[in-house]
Amino acid sequence: MKNDNYFYIPQLQKRKVKARRFELFAKSALFLSLAFLVFFLYEMVRQGYPAFNQAYVKVDINLTQDVQNNPYSAFTKDEMKIISRAWIRSLPMMMKDDPTLLETTATIWAPTAAEVDQYLKNHTNKLTDALKEKVNKLKDEGKIQSQFSTIFFFTGDSKIPENAGFYSAILGSLLTMLVTMAIAVPLGIMTAIYLEEFAKDNKWTQMVEININNLAAIPSILFGLLGLAIFINFFGAPRSSPIVGGMTLALMSLPVIIVSSKAALKAVPDTIRQAGFGLGLTRWQIVRDHVLPIAFPGMLTGSIIALAQAIGETAPLIIVGMIAFVPDATTSIFDAATVMPAQIYTWSGMPERMYTEKTAAGILVLLTILLSLNAIAIYLRKKFTKTW
Amino acid sequence: MNFKKTAIVLATLTTLISAANARDQIKIVGSSTVYPFTSYVAEEFGATTGNPTPVVESTGTGGGMKLFCAGVGLDTPDFTNASRPMKAAEFAICQNNGVKNIVGMVVGFDGISIAQSKENPALNLSLEQVFLALAEEVPSKDGKSLVKNPYKKWSDIDASLPNREIRVLGAPTTSGTRDAFDEMVMQKASKKFEAYGKNKGKYKKVRNDGAFVPAGENDNLIVQKLAQDKTALGYFGYSFLEENKDKISGVNLNNIEPTFENISSGKYPVSRSLYVYMKADHIGKVKGIQEYFDLYITDQMIGEKGVLRTIGLIPMPQDMLQKVQNSVKAGKTLTAEMAKNNQVF
Repeated sequence: MKNDNYFYIPQLQKRKVKARRFELFAKSALFLSLAFLVFFLYEMVRQGYPAFNQAYVKVDINLTQDVQNNPYSAFTKDEMKIISRAWIRSLPMMMKDDPTLLETTATIWAPTAAEVDQYLKNHTNKLTDALKEKVNKLKDEGKIQSQFSTIFFFTGDSKIPENAGFYSAILGSLLTMLVTMAIAVPLGIMTAIYLEEFAKDNKWTQMVEININNLAAIPSILFGLLGLAIFINFFGAPRSSPIVGGMTLALMSLPVIIVSSKAALKAVPDTIRQAGFGLGLTRWQIVRDHVLPIAFPGMLTGSIIALAQAIGETAPLIIVGMIAFVPDATTSIFDAATVMPAQIYTWSGMPERMYTEKTAAGILVLLTILLSLNAIAIYLRKKFTKTW
Repeated sequence: MNFKKTAIVLATLTTLISAANARDQIKIVGSSTVYPFTSYVAEEFGATTGNPTPVVESTGTGGGMKLFCAGVGLDTPDFTNASRPMKAAEFAICQNNGVKNIVGMVVGFDGISIAQSKENPALNLSLEQVFLALAEEVPSKDGKSLVKNPYKKWSDIDASLPNREIRVLGAPTTSGTRDAFDEMVMQKASKKFEAYGKNKGKYKKVRNDGAFVPAGENDNLIVQKLAQDKTALGYFGYSFLEENKDKISGVNLNNIEPTFENISSGKYPVSRSLYVYMKADHIGKVKGIQEYFDLYITDQMIGEKGVLRTIGLIPMPQDMLQKVQNSVKAGKTLTAEMAKNNQVF
């Protein structure tokens, strides 16, 4: 019957099978990478989610002069194992800041020690059976409760696991990114405009362009060495500070911003420039009033993506001293600070088990910030893109 | 507007050069092993005195010494952590660069434990057996010459050992843990073998045929790998063994179990002292450095019942602590003689 068909092509069946097979390969590649991603996200959420909650214990305490002199004296040995040491040691400072508290009785929800928290979360812990019983009793009486962990979001790093938070790292990343943005974006865009709109196309500019493309592929740790040599050793900028980190990351993001901005400028139709010349405008007027507004969304996207890359960077920051223990949150770009990926890295190396969940939670926060940055980039591109 | 921004940044950069000449935040660099202890004290200092919390950077012992000895300017660190005493050569560099007054202290001890997955039966190794499993060349059968390490299984080394493939996960050469392991296990054990000739007691070359796996600086990674790989052994700081007793168990060395008591009493063969050095030249220029050092040496911190014990420090005996405290309170500075003899007080 087939042979009766005048249009029958004998190879057709085979060709179709091949095409389908190829499609299947491509599809399975997609599914495999999706599976990795889903697995990674699932693991992070599973491990990190518990860190957003923390067990608190209700403490009735007589704030006497003795407590101000030696806060540890107010608690029994068992209580010291249940209540966070970080909280107990902060009592004298609290009383100093508010002298009216002296000789009063207070009821405070204090964070529990890491071991108690881990026990209540059913994680591995080193609590003795006697203490476990005590904790269970307190829990039944409603004196131990799991609450949303304000500590994770509003305190800095700590060597006491239950007291460790992400706040100073978030702030440090913010300051560092501000410096990076203030330097890399204007410098990168100006360079791109010059190379694309003003510079003559000769051997020299071609050399510059090739080198910029190469720079984009250089391992980031080299920028750290450059930052150490120039900013710290030559200019004497303070080690571990957001200004040094920011400038180092700016060096790293510059090439990416230049390349993407150049691509955005190149995508502007030449007819627009020619129309401008036809009306007797100068090159500067054309660039300012006609080319830049059209290229703007592309430049913005490139810049945001470069900054998103910089926000997750650790290697160059090791060298300029930002991978450090910095519990105090800073608001000055000249003081010591640490950044989010650095904080995640330090936590991942800590022996105490509670840091595992803090590490995963830190990754979740960083991922959320990166995703929102990318979402903003997409939104801005959609909003400003002109279509002809 | 873009030009203005760059101009502002350049202007701030130039003002930086003429930075102020007093600082109120203490800066600390040095060993990654001492880092958690120093950070804990730093945090305590910040939380209880109202001073800014010192910044502690983990640069490794050697890197820390380099930064510490770079000079006495306020852009140099005030303290350095070390997992070994300051070398005479480093002391000389310090002196040359104007760092004249250095006060040292001993923080306590740190044990390096060898561990395996908990599911294995208990294992007992001697230092020599560990050495023979890891050395690149080992003495031949007659004990006169060196041959390339032929041992594939532990039972090849000694018939009493289990029939298990030799696979040891350890620290890379950049790590202080590796330095200490090389010194306290490899070099020490090589003394027992005549075949090394003039390298006897100095031999620390580790085989690279896959039996030894450099597993990176992160000790948690080694712990995780040990939990999955039942054949492998791994070594790392004692605190990681103590924290992960649900997954891994310690391997006895020379019949001594890696426990807190055995390390602090000095019975366990692989333990080392940890040090912190202060730049006394900065007293009066950097706020709080003497107070910080005084807090560090209190019983409450590094004593036998101190808090650093809870995060893995192995405290020194009371009489030694007393000596350390006296020496720091008296502000006894390091001399060339002391540096040469590995003393700090």
